[in-house]
Amino acid sequence: MSDHILEMRSITKRFPGVVALSDVSLSVSHGEIHAICGENGAGKSTLMKVLSGVYPSGTYEGEIHFNGELVRFGSINDSEAKGIVIIHQELALVPHLSIAENIFLGNEQSTFGVINWYDTNARAAELLQKVGLYENPVTPVGALGVGKQQLVEIAKALSKNVKLLILDEPTAALNDDDSEHLLGLIRGLRDEGVTCIIISHKLGEIAAVADATTVIRDGSTIETIPMRSAGETGAGERSELTRRIIKGMVGRDMDNMYPVRDARIGEEVIRIEDWNVWHPTQPGRKVVDGASLNVRAGEVVGIAGLMGAGRTELAMSVFGRSYGRDISGTVYMHGKPVSFSSVSEAISHGVAYVSEDRKRYGLNLIEDIRRNITSAALRKVAPRGWVNTHEEVAVSEGYRTSMNIKAPTVMSVVGQLSGGNQQKVVLSKWLFTEPEVLILDEPTRGIDVGAKYEIYSIINELAASGKAVIVISSELPEVLGVCDRVYTLSAGRVTGSVDVGEATQEHLMELMTMEKE
Amino acid sequence: MSGTSNLLELMTRNLRQSGIYIAFVLIVVLFTVMTGGSLLSPGNLTNLVLQYSYILILAIGMVMIIVAGHIDLSVGSVVAVTGAVSAVVVIREGMPWWVGVVAALLTGALVGVWQGFWVAVVGIPAFIVTLAGMLIFRGLTMQVLDNVSLSPFPNEYQMIAGGFLNGLLGGPGYDVFTLLIFALGVLGFAVQQWRARLRKLKYKQPVEALWLFAVKILVVAAVVMAFGWRLANARGLPIVLILLAALVLIYGFVTQRTIFGRHIYAMGGNLQAAKLSGVKTVRVNFLLFVNMGLLSAVAGIVYSARSNSAQPGAGNMFELDAIAAAFIGGAAVTGGVGKVQGAIIGGLIMAVMSNGMQIMGIDQSTQNVVRGVVLVLAVAFDVWNKKRAAADR
Repeated sequence: MSDHILEMRSITKRFPGVVALSDVSLSVSHGEIHAICGENGAGKSTLMKVLSGVYPSGTYEGEIHFNGELVRFGSINDSEAKGIVIIHQELALVPHLSIAENIFLGNEQSTFGVINWYDTNARAAELLQKVGLYENPVTPVGALGVGKQQLVEIAKALSKNVKLLILDEPTAALNDDDSEHLLGLIRGLRDEGVTCIIISHKLGEIAAVADATTVIRDGSTIETIPMRSAGETGAGERSELTRRIIKGMVGRDMDNMYPVRDARIGEEVIRIEDWNVWHPTQPGRKVVDGASLNVRAGEVVGIAGLMGAGRTELAMSVFGRSYGRDISGTVYMHGKPVSFSSVSEAISHGVAYVSEDRKRYGLNLIEDIRRNITSAALRKVAPRGWVNTHEEVAVSEGYRTSMNIKAPTVMSVVGQLSGGNQQKVVLSKWLFTEPEVLILDEPTRGIDVGAKYEIYSIINELAASGKAVIVISSELPEVLGVCDRVYTLSAGRVTGSVDVGEATQEHLMELMTMEKE
Repeated sequence: MSGTSNLLELMTRNLRQSGIYIAFVLIVVLFTVMTGGSLLSPGNLTNLVLQYSYILILAIGMVMIIVAGHIDLSVGSVVAVTGAVSAVVVIREGMPWWVGVVAALLTGALVGVWQGFWVAVVGIPAFIVTLAGMLIFRGLTMQVLDNVSLSPFPNEYQMIAGGFLNGLLGGPGYDVFTLLIFALGVLGFAVQQWRARLRKLKYKQPVEALWLFAVKILVVAAVVMAFGWRLANARGLPIVLILLAALVLIYGFVTQRTIFGRHIYAMGGNLQAAKLSGVKTVRVNFLLFVNMGLLSAVAGIVYSARSNSAQPGAGNMFELDAIAAAFIGGAAVTGGVGKVQGAIIGGLIMAVMSNGMQIMGIDQSTQNVVRGVVLVLAVAFDVWNKKRAAADR
């Protein structure tokens, strides 16, 4: 008997026309935290779908051994019965049901089909204690923040007697505090004997928490790197390991995570003054409070703030009043006051907003690349009111090439692309509107290192061509790496404007957590 | 990247669309055999066009509504109320036939404004608004007609649905004019396809192999000309067919090539993303329902002209045929997918089935069961097809 809880041997998975995984092997030891790294589209999710039975046995080649026995899962239910639970990036909770109901959804505490509510809530309370979530189990899940919902998912996994817990990008949507808590919880679970596989793009996090890291690139395993347990690793060694992971993921050394900025800053393009936004449904809650900011041509300005600071709300309320109510304040473009009462007005004034949630707000996933790219400026390929479809193809083909979107043709359906390529499609769509002001909300969320670099380069080029760029980000290194100037936002107020040359992460964090006097 | 794609690839990539044509051919063959060939007799083909044109007209509007992510359950009642208004104006008030047509169209537009207001501006789900509309407009029909049927319409009005263009060029036992119009149609289709092919090549897009292209044109030409030959041997070219052809061409263009049309697909595919791309969703939704009201009025005029009367119970269950036509024609239950040409084929499938069953003397209750089952199966196919596509990922 090996001490491996999981061994996936020579897994090959083919889709029509593509080999998604070729001869991938993965060995996970009992009671370790095993990280899987790889670019988007490298095959991480496919591998996990093979493991959890989403792709049933027989649709792939190779063997899976779990606890020393050969397993063939026909569905997710089979893998869950063995104690393999996967928590997806997009949480699968029902917002209107209570925490307890969610935890036992599909696994109800009942006798002869009648639910025993006492049991349900009492057991839920026990599980919540375990994951360190101090909420009443009857609270509806929708009332919780993303961080707490993540904990409910873990409690749900624990209720199923999980032996191997798979977390797909668990901290992607969390702020630093919530991430820290979650990672601590994962360590605690490991110490209780639950093996964890964690898929993450945050390399610092992996270095801190993982016992081993497997790097996947282009559907093949590159290497499995043993990491020393968190406490013993020195900072120097940690960055050495991170470098090695990056090298494995992209197949090249990436000495510089960010392209060099050579800013040529011109006249002011947009100025927002005394901007106030109230929450759309909760009366009396001010989401943006007297915010003022400006951006000049050729400048990249960062907006840094923690979750709930009002960053997205600020951007969306400016962009054609897409968020909030009782909005007040003035927007100036080139010194003249303008008012955008609708999205189409904002677009025609040269403002573009690239949402943080591309699947929900950015793309039509069932449509092809071509139609997505032209969707915000359709008139440009339809000068007389009807679309010149050939011109449309030529235009989108141009973006596919220049943005390096990895897809066979522009007729490929967007839903089938990887996250990084989807983001490039959204960017192309907004570039096609020829904006003067480009607001990028978390432009690299859920994107691998290689694609991030490409996006940063695009941001640089846009600024160099004289556009005013606003980058909203919760990753401070990113803000410092790509911006010229940073506004910090805390509880809806602008608490500082700092030149990047003088900024440090600590200083920014201080401003971002500044309380109202 | 530029190259030719083969038949199999085209078929499997587009199973949803090509499946309809295969199903249509199968159903025609099936009913031709079961009716001993009477289905395709010249007289019956003419009858088929006249009797079921209203389904096709409604299906055009319905598929647009469904693509946008809505549904319209009220079209049957709207057909009734517009026909009734027309009858009151023409028959009871004695005004000229065209005043009736205008009055019906205005009524349809007003109905559309009413439903569009609640769906687009207030934001009530279309299912509820049109369910209520089904009741409201049925009730209004009865009130407008004082609960009695009105008939007959003057001759000119009847011509809308029962008239033919024939004998203009004479012909020995068949109508040369009809054949000429069909030949022109085929020629126009071939020229348009050829030009599209040339432009695709110019923009370096993949096209099908030349022989395949030629076969496609020849098959379409043969089928269309055979259909034209049959009509020419019966009573000539029905006016309704010209109306239908015009509607199909116009709406095919509107949905595929205009900004308005593309916004419908964008909204059905991802409403939030469409809003944030500057699509004026309220306006598009509103116009969609006004358009549906207008098309229902057209169907109402054609139907009342065909039946030469306006009845309180007219148009009952028409919504089922229209909705079924859209879904059989490849529209997706979740919106964002569907085409006018698909809905037309879907409507023809419903028409051929109804007509075939009538010829066979199957009673109405069984016909209802069959039509209901076909609707469920069409949507089941859509769902299955989507699962298949998801598993391919």
